[in-house]
Amino acid sequence: MPLFLDDDQETLADTVRPFMASEAPVSHLRTLRDADDPAGFSRDLWRQFGEMGFTGVLVDEADGGLGMGHVEAGIVLEEIGRNLTPSPFIGTAVGAVEALRGADAPLKQAWLPGIIAGETVAALALDEAAKHRPRHVGLKAERQGNGFRLSGEKQFVAFGHEADLLIVSARTSGDGSDEDGVTLFAVPRSQPGITVKAERLADSSFAARVDLDGVELDGSAVIGEVDGGRALLNRVLSVVRAGASSEMVGVAEGASAMTLDYLKQRKQFGRVIGSYQALQHRAAHLYSEMEVARAATLKAQQSLDAGSADADRDASVAKAMAGMASGLAVREAVQMHGGIGMTDEYDVGFFMKRQRVLAEMFGDADFHADRLARMDGY
Amino acid sequence: MADALEGFRREARDWLEANCPAEMRTPMRSEKDICWGGRKFTFASDAQKQWLDVMAQRGWTVPDWPRDYGGGGLSPAEAKVLKQEMAALGCRVPLQSFGISMLGPALLEYGTEAQKLEHLPKIARGEIRWCQGYSEPNAGSDLASLATSAEDMGDHFLVNGQKVWTSYADQADWIFCLVRTDTSQKQGGISFLLFDMESEGVSTKPIRLISGASPFCETFFDDVKVPKDQLLGAVNQGWTVAKYLLGHEREMISGMGGRAQGPLLSEYALAKIGRDEQRRLDDPVLRARIALYEVRAHAFAAMSERFIDRLKAGKIHPAQPSMMKYYGTELNKDRHELLMAAGGSDALEWDSENSGGGKAARAWLRTKANSIEGGTSEIQLNIIAKRILELPEG
Repeated sequence: MPLFLDDDQETLADTVRPFMASEAPVSHLRTLRDADDPAGFSRDLWRQFGEMGFTGVLVDEADGGLGMGHVEAGIVLEEIGRNLTPSPFIGTAVGAVEALRGADAPLKQAWLPGIIAGETVAALALDEAAKHRPRHVGLKAERQGNGFRLSGEKQFVAFGHEADLLIVSARTSGDGSDEDGVTLFAVPRSQPGITVKAERLADSSFAARVDLDGVELDGSAVIGEVDGGRALLNRVLSVVRAGASSEMVGVAEGASAMTLDYLKQRKQFGRVIGSYQALQHRAAHLYSEMEVARAATLKAQQSLDAGSADADRDASVAKAMAGMASGLAVREAVQMHGGIGMTDEYDVGFFMKRQRVLAEMFGDADFHADRLARMDGY
Repeated sequence: MADALEGFRREARDWLEANCPAEMRTPMRSEKDICWGGRKFTFASDAQKQWLDVMAQRGWTVPDWPRDYGGGGLSPAEAKVLKQEMAALGCRVPLQSFGISMLGPALLEYGTEAQKLEHLPKIARGEIRWCQGYSEPNAGSDLASLATSAEDMGDHFLVNGQKVWTSYADQADWIFCLVRTDTSQKQGGISFLLFDMESEGVSTKPIRLISGASPFCETFFDDVKVPKDQLLGAVNQGWTVAKYLLGHEREMISGMGGRAQGPLLSEYALAKIGRDEQRRLDDPVLRARIALYEVRAHAFAAMSERFIDRLKAGKIHPAQPSMMKYYGTELNKDRHELLMAAGGSDALEWDSENSGGGKAARAWLRTKANSIEGGTSEIQLNIIAKRILELPEG
C-alpha cells in the first residue's frame, strides 16, 4: 500500500476539512472558553459529528458504522487538530470503539448505537499517576458473586466529567506491573460509587480525576477476558497514540500556517521578516520535521489497519515523532510571532496549549523512546 | 495486475536463487566490496565479476531503464519487487555508479538517441565509470558562478579550467562536466559536456580528507578538445540538466539516512558498554540519546518510503528532494556521533586491529561531508524556504 492517501481518503479529507473549518474553527474553542462552558465541548457539534458519520468511522458496518480504518480516523483528527476543535472524539470514537471491538455482542449493542449517533460520550480511564505508565495497573477489581467490585483512582480522563461510559483498566489478579491479571471494564458512569472531579487543563479542555469506591458491576461489564486484558489494552493504546499523532500533526499544521502567513506580512527594518535567512532556515527545518512526523503517523495508521506485527512499534514512533515535531511547531509559532504571540487575544497561544496536552496524553516522546528501546532490547 | 506481479516475483526469486553466487549473498564487509565497474576497476573476487555479468546480461543492474539501452525494461512496481526479492535473499547490489544514479537519468531525459545508445549500455554493463565535474575552487554553494571555460572552436570545444571535489576522478573513465560557454549570463551561460578522462590535457590530483581517505580529486583541464556531439542538451542549457541531475544526487545521498548502513547502534553500544541490572544499556543518558535518535531514524524510514511512493505517483513537490537530503544527511551525522560516543576510546584508535583500522572514526569523519556535498544543508534550507514555503527573497 503506497504511503499516501488514496482517492477515497482524499475525498473524505475534502469533506472533513471544510466542515471542521466552518462548524468548529478556533473561535468556537474561544467562545466555549470565554463562556466558562462546564462541558468544554458542544453537544450539538457532537451530534453533528454523528450525522456526518465521524463518530462511527471505526465501527464495523455490521454494527451500524462506516467500517473504515485508522487512516480515516486520522483524517478527522487532523482537522480537529488544525481547528483546535474541542471534542471527546479520540476517547470515544477511537479508544472506546477499539475497546468495544473486543467485547461481546450485548456490550456492543449497549454502547455503539449511542456513539454512532453522537449521543454517547466515552472516556478512557487508564492513567493512575501524573506520568503515563500503563504497565502499572493498580486499580483493584475484586470478584463478588457473579460480578466485580472496583476500587481505586484514575486521572487525566479526558472529558470524563461528561462521559456516559468509562473504559477502565483494572487489576483482577497479581499486582503492580504484572503483565497478566489486567481486565478492561465498560463502566457506566451513572454507577453508584463513582466520584468524578472535573479539572480544567491548560488548553481549556477538561480531564477528570475519577474515584471508584467499591463500584459494583456484573460480569457483563467485562470487555474481553478476565485477567487477559493486557493485549486489548495495548491495542487500545496503540490506536489512540496514532490518533493523537494525527491530531498533533493537525495542530502543527494550523500553527505553522498562521506563522507562515505572519512571516509573509509582518515588516521590520523595512522588510517582511520572512525574507530574513535566520527565520527562513528555522521555518524550513520545521517543515522537514513536520513532513517526517506526518509520514510516521500515516505509517502507523496503515500498519494498524493492515494488522501488521509492527503496528505497536510504529504507533510509538509516530507518537514520539509527532510530539517532538508539533512541539517545535508551536514553540516556533509563538517565538516568530513575537509579542503578539504572547497575547490571549491572538490564537497562536491556543495551539501551544493544546499541543502540550496532546504531547503528554498516552505517553510523551520520552516515554515512547524508552518503549522503543525496550522493544529493541537495550 | 496483482497476479502478474506475483508471477514476476516468483520468476525473479527463482532466477536470483539460480544466478546469484553464494558469496554475493553475504553483507558487504566494507566499502571495498562495492562494485563500481569501469576500465580501471579490479574485481574483489570472481564471484563479484560473475554477479555483475549475469545481472548486466539480464538488464537488472538498471532494472527500470529501457531494454534498448541495456536496462531491464521493468515497470516501477516490478523494479520494487526485484529490490524486495534481492533484499530477501541478501543479494548485494551488483553495480553502483554515478553513471547509474546521476548521469543515466539525465541522459534518458536530455540525450540524443545516438548519445543514449553510445553511453547507457556501457553504464549498465559497468564498462565505463563516470565522475561528476561540478564544483570549482570559487564555485561551491554558488555553483552557477563556475568559470571553467569551453570555447567554441568550430568542430570542437576547447576546455580550460579547474574542478574540485570530483569524486573518484582518478578512477573514472569519463566525466560529465559543467562548463561556461557564455560569460554574459550566469545560469544561462552554462553547458553540459561529456568527455573521456584520457583526453589530452586532463589531469587529476587526489585530496586527502580529515578521514584519511581520498575519495575526491582536484581535476585540471588544459586545452582539452571535446567533440561537439558530446554536448548534453543545448548550448547554454547545462544548468537545467544539472538541476535535474542534482535532484537525483540528493535522493541518493538522503537514502543513506533511511535504513542506515553499518552496525546497529544499540548492538554496538551494548557490546562496548554492557547492561545494567535491568538489562538496559548501562549508560542511561546515552541510552536516552540513542532511543530518541532511533525515533527519528524509524520516522525517517517511513518518510523515505512515502517519498518514493509519491515520487512514483507523480505527487512530489519538485523541491522535496532538498528536504530528504537535508534530513537524511543530518540524521546520518547524528548517528555517527552516537556511534563514537558508544565506542569511547576504542573508537578513537586510528590504525589498531581492535578498531578495525579506525573504522568508526573514519566513517564518522566521512559523514561530515554528507551535509556539504550535493548542496550544503544551508542551501537545501534556502530551497525549501523559497520554493516550498514560498518565503520571499532577502
